[in-house]
Amino acid sequence: MTTVTPDSLSSTRPEVVGLSPWAWAKKNLFSDWFNSLLTVVLVTILGWLIFRLANWALTTAQWQVIPNNVGLFMTGTYPSSLYARVWALLAMICLLAGLSWGVLSRNLSTLFSRNVLIGIGAICAFIVLFPPTRPSSLKLLPMVAMVAGMAAIGRQAGRQRPGIGKWVSLLWFLSYFVALWLIGGGLGLTPVSTNDWGGLMLTLLAAVSGIALCFPLGLMLALGRRSALPVVRWLSTAYIEVVRGVPLVAFLFMGQVLIPLFLPAGTRPDRILRAIIALALFSAAYLAENVRAGLQAVPRGQREAAMSLGLNTPTTLGLIILPQALKIAIPAIVGQFISLFQDTTLLAIVGLAELLGIGRSILANPSYLGRYAEVYLFLGVIYWFFCYAMSLASRKIEDKLNTDER
Amino acid sequence: MAQDSGNRSFDLKAMLRDERFWKIAFQVITLAVVVALASFFIGNLTRNMAQQGRVFGFSFLLNQAGFSIGESLIQYRPNDPYWKALTVGLSNTISLVAAGIVLTTLLGVAAGVTSFSKNWLLFKLSRSYVGLVRNIPLLLQLFFWYFAIYGMLPNPANQLELLGIAFLNNRGVYIPWASSAGLALLGIAATVLAAIAAIYLWQWRIKVRVETGTGGQQQLVALGLLGVMLIGLLTLGIDWTIPTGIDGGGVSGGLRLSREYVAALSALVFYTAAFVAEIVRAGIQSVSKGQWEAAHALGLKASAVMQLVVFPQALRVIIPPMNSEYMNLTKNTSLAFAIAFPEMYSVATTTYNQTGRPVEVFLVLIATYLLICLLITLVMNQLNRAVQFKER
Repeated sequence: MTTVTPDSLSSTRPEVVGLSPWAWAKKNLFSDWFNSLLTVVLVTILGWLIFRLANWALTTAQWQVIPNNVGLFMTGTYPSSLYARVWALLAMICLLAGLSWGVLSRNLSTLFSRNVLIGIGAICAFIVLFPPTRPSSLKLLPMVAMVAGMAAIGRQAGRQRPGIGKWVSLLWFLSYFVALWLIGGGLGLTPVSTNDWGGLMLTLLAAVSGIALCFPLGLMLALGRRSALPVVRWLSTAYIEVVRGVPLVAFLFMGQVLIPLFLPAGTRPDRILRAIIALALFSAAYLAENVRAGLQAVPRGQREAAMSLGLNTPTTLGLIILPQALKIAIPAIVGQFISLFQDTTLLAIVGLAELLGIGRSILANPSYLGRYAEVYLFLGVIYWFFCYAMSLASRKIEDKLNTDER
Repeated sequence: MAQDSGNRSFDLKAMLRDERFWKIAFQVITLAVVVALASFFIGNLTRNMAQQGRVFGFSFLLNQAGFSIGESLIQYRPNDPYWKALTVGLSNTISLVAAGIVLTTLLGVAAGVTSFSKNWLLFKLSRSYVGLVRNIPLLLQLFFWYFAIYGMLPNPANQLELLGIAFLNNRGVYIPWASSAGLALLGIAATVLAAIAAIYLWQWRIKVRVETGTGGQQQLVALGLLGVMLIGLLTLGIDWTIPTGIDGGGVSGGLRLSREYVAALSALVFYTAAFVAEIVRAGIQSVSKGQWEAAHALGLKASAVMQLVVFPQALRVIIPPMNSEYMNLTKNTSLAFAIAFPEMYSVATTTYNQTGRPVEVFLVLIATYLLICLLITLVMNQLNRAVQFKER
């Protein structure tokens, strides 16, 4: 069955009546004496702050620390002779991202609408003009072209084969292992010790691995806590409550120390692996609470209806309860993923050179002494970009899955 | 199982289809796996510890610590035992948590309420603050405050003076304070008690006015007296020392808040308040539109609508999630260790490094944070009970 989305519906929205700038200002800024006073005070303070900031950014700040260390920020101390592998990794991600974009938007009439074209143009302009990307802009521009090209292909493929979404998911899953192979080497590539993994690459790798590990674990804990079986319920509740009472730093740092102690003498998992495990074990407890909230929001009648249809517990959960619960819990789950992404900064404290850690070691270099504001602002922009993109994506998914007539 | 004890019609297939069997079997298997894992881990632990020649126990807490701590609210010397050092860390954590909770609440509620402001600039400011701060990791913000803001303040020779009573330099912030810790504690206790008494007086006054239709004068007078007494106590009873700049740099008198403390407090407050602002916003949005309209129709001013009608109703949605924000704040104080503020976690790490007892130190650490979080939960539950709807 094909669903027809009436295009006319979206275009019948009432037109917004534009106010003249003067009327707008009077309504929103100077509606009464208190508002006017507030506006004047705020404009003064903000103006002064912005002036000081712009003054600092344009005269005092020494931004060379960013372009001089782009390689470090992106990949840490990864050997520069092997950068081709990182580029290959980026190309793979771009191809897949383009493909998914095309497949997801296969129902749109025009893929490259005006806004998308403007966006692509802005990205290209940014790549050419922004100093840190300039040395490699020749490689970055084809990446953008690849995303756009794959999007067009993906849209065609998606139209011809409606079931292609599953294959794209499988490709993403496989790409994780290809990525590990490209970064770490082995199987014909020069091995790179995990000590040399770093920068944004390590941040993203840790975040993705952490998310992939903590999601199933959190799901199991949430189901366990809601289970009718007392042993399972008590164990899950105890785990969740204890982990939620401990600060993550303590968990990570002691994880570095305690995990080797808990394993047979001589086995010592890799530092990065230990950190990712600690991160996932920690986030799973919080995720479990988010999923539990979703489970509680599913009406009791759903379970009873499923039971009376003769479904057993696993099928009731898998086919009836979880799909509804997860849909409700999506905003909270993505929120938890965002905080997991932010929590990867704590790996810097246990001595890993992820984005913040590499920033600190660059600041320890005598030639960049005191460039704190520049480096931390740059890192802040990167983190903000990724977190904001995730919350934007969550809102899109939420809209798409929102089948209620609310 | 009931089937295998003498029942002739034992049927394996029927048992495997019976959900009751699986329920018990699943629990037994789970328990077996957990017990097996636990004994594997604990066995390894005892073996590893025996190899290093150590026995599990907490007696090391009585040994001499031997390290000094930069700042402390209680008397501490390096030859004090470990438990004393950990207490110092705990007191520093608590001072961060207490100040953090008060300031976070103030800033968070302000940011949440202003997101409903009719003033476009204020509304935008509040929204962009929340959107910016929530999407940047706390640790990065902490470093930014410590190195890029407080670290870039002028040195003591060129320190900044605020209104003649406070000083800022790259060693810390100097504010007026009571001359002794006992007096300061007295002042804080008096303020808290007066605030509690004022709340009860106000509720009493409302009750009297609702029941009798008039009056409330006596309670108002009592409130005024309470205020005068508190102000009198705070201005005269506490021997204030006001920091004064010394020629050539430095400050004497007043209370020095170290740069580490101020940076940690700023980062924690600004970060957590953004989350509190979202909670407050969601709470206010949960009050139905009819309540706003009805209040406006009764002729209440915009500020009175918020104060008397909307906010009290929003509180019952706001309080429960605030508990977890306060707990997050408490746990996040451990990040202050990254800028060398000697709080609980930092002292615990030093203790572990010196004694080589990760398991015991970790247990002490877990117990401490759990205890603080439990205390916060207890208080918040009381508060929650007070603001919930009293339904018939």
